[in-house]
Amino acid sequence: MDRRSFIQSSAAALAGTAVPLFPMSAMAADEIVVGSIVDMSGGLDIYGKPMADCMTLAVEEQNAAGGLLGKKIRLATYDPQSNMQLYAQFAQQSALKDKSTVVMGGITSASREVIRPVLTRNKTLYFYNTQYEGGVCDRNTFCTGVTPGQTVAKLIPYAMKKWGKKVYVVAADYNYGQITSQWVKKFVQENGGSVASIDFFPLDVTNFGPTISKIEAAKPDMIVSALVGGAHISFYRQWAAAGLTKKIPLASTTFAGGNEHIVLSQAEADGFLISYNYFQNLDTPQNKAFKERFYKRFGADYPNITELAMGTYQGFKLWAEGVKKAGSLDREKMIAALETGISIDGPSGKVSLDPATHHCVLNVSIAEVRNKQLNIVETFQQQQPVDTSAVCNLVKNPKDNQQYVIKV
Amino acid sequence: MDLALVVLIQVLYAVASLVIVSAGLAVIFGMMKVINLAHGEFMMLGAYAVIAALKLGINLWIAMFIVAPIAVGLVGVVLERLVIRRLYGRMVDTMLATWGLSLLLVGIVTSVAGNTTAGVSAPLGSFSIGAYSVSGYTLVIIAVAVALSLAIRFVLTRTQLGLIARGTMQKPDMANALGISPSRVYSVTFAVGAALSGLAGGLLAPLTGVVPTMGAAFVAKAFITVIGGGPAILAGLIGASTLFGAINQLATFVTTPVLGEVALLVAAIVMLRLLPQGITGRFFKGSL
Repeated sequence: MDRRSFIQSSAAALAGTAVPLFPMSAMAADEIVVGSIVDMSGGLDIYGKPMADCMTLAVEEQNAAGGLLGKKIRLATYDPQSNMQLYAQFAQQSALKDKSTVVMGGITSASREVIRPVLTRNKTLYFYNTQYEGGVCDRNTFCTGVTPGQTVAKLIPYAMKKWGKKVYVVAADYNYGQITSQWVKKFVQENGGSVASIDFFPLDVTNFGPTISKIEAAKPDMIVSALVGGAHISFYRQWAAAGLTKKIPLASTTFAGGNEHIVLSQAEADGFLISYNYFQNLDTPQNKAFKERFYKRFGADYPNITELAMGTYQGFKLWAEGVKKAGSLDREKMIAALETGISIDGPSGKVSLDPATHHCVLNVSIAEVRNKQLNIVETFQQQQPVDTSAVCNLVKNPKDNQQYVIKV
Repeated sequence: MDLALVVLIQVLYAVASLVIVSAGLAVIFGMMKVINLAHGEFMMLGAYAVIAALKLGINLWIAMFIVAPIAVGLVGVVLERLVIRRLYGRMVDTMLATWGLSLLLVGIVTSVAGNTTAGVSAPLGSFSIGAYSVSGYTLVIIAVAVALSLAIRFVLTRTQLGLIARGTMQKPDMANALGISPSRVYSVTFAVGAALSGLAGGLLAPLTGVVPTMGAAFVAKAFITVIGGGPAILAGLIGASTLFGAINQLATFVTTPVLGEVALLVAAIVMLRLLPQGITGRFFKGSL
């Protein structure tokens, strides 16, 4: 690259990032603005990048199909750089400056809880498309990802039947890890097992040596990991380096969400069990067609289409379905339409919105890591969000607005 | 008994990794009084140098011990020429400039290497102590920390280069009057510090996820160690690493990883309250 083209491309890049800050008379009547806020840099970028790509694809497909209500969709993307303060700022901008019809985004539960009140206050519809710990009950918010009541409920009994009843849990130290590990404990106990210990780790911890020795001392039959982000990959590395991958098996609620199965070597991750709504290997005609379109857009060497990326794609499709049904961009009408229990036939199977919880009913699969691939071993059809529906009923209490922490 | 041995190895490992992570900063900040906020990014560059070298088919050990320090040392030379040398003696300004550099380096690496996590498996496998297994690579880290400390001591006390460097840092005018060019000494010293940071990054690559933002996890600990160590570079580095590493690791064993990190910070605060000049401000005075 010579100097001139470098300067030109830098200038173009700068101009590109500046666009959302100065929306060109954003309210051109013939376009619908959709806000997207996911981390494309910083510690969470391993999750955010594929989500942003799937969002781009979903919007492009919708526009190619003629847009919605005869209008083109304009995607206003923000990169909060894994920084909670920026999340608040961008949610404000998305709602007030861009006047977005809907905002989709947030990866960690912490970021969701930053965005959610801002959008509720500004009466802007919010879609959170990430798998998370469950319990959010808010009429303005739709949580389209899987929750522990859907995945952990299937993964734990499966793994315990295979490996044994004594479980040791390692989890990220924020509300996802805290709440999910409680769900793990509940399902372990319900299946007649015991939890040896639950250890939490701040997101930037990279030294897992003492914990690994502690786990060995506890002699569990299996480990359950709810670790998150780039730094926590160190756990799997050090776990394998200590020779434990072959001794103590591991199931995880988060593994492969950031393509950890590709980063780690075959010997380091083979045999791990995971559970999600979507796996790239799902053998359905819808998924095959989706993958064809995706690879055409982003290149055949794309490492892996993650669960979170698919959540984003399906979340957008559900919203688009709702807009079509409402025939209007009015927030109340969109919510009413989405609450009729609309569904799409997505790459992961049928996904429908549960009116009472604003969560999804969807398929869940368990997969085993083999040779850097996620091989599906069993699929469970149409799982209800039983965790959230135990505490949340928006049909009865439309004014409800909080995240319930499920007591275990 | 097995557990005691395992705990001992883990504590030694925690101390050793603090020594390795902080050595480059001890040279750049401890000797040269340049507050290098890009220290973590120098380490990140070292880790990426290893990944890049592996892609070219270079042996892992050569990549870690030779490619990483040389590559980052060269980056250090360039940055010293372009930025740092204009700011000697202006501590706050170097802080701002190096912070900017750290952002720039993260940005450049992200746009070149992408922001997905990379990494390499730890070599050497594991060995057992009773019912416990320990990664063989842990012992490599401990051995390297010992070798590194001996090497720094040897260079600073037994070679002319070390003597000149120490003299120049203390009295640049006098060194200049004796026919030594301080600017060249500064330049070489900064490059050596950068190379040490690169080595640290290379050595950590098999233990952590390698991402452009990985430096942030290390820079604070490195500063705490070097400041806690006080004026004597080597004795301070080893003293503070031993104190903080042991407290961190033992607290983690006894309680939780969260409290382990807290214990390290509390120990640092209490220590700096009692010994504002760092460990070597009162003890080991006049040592290296």
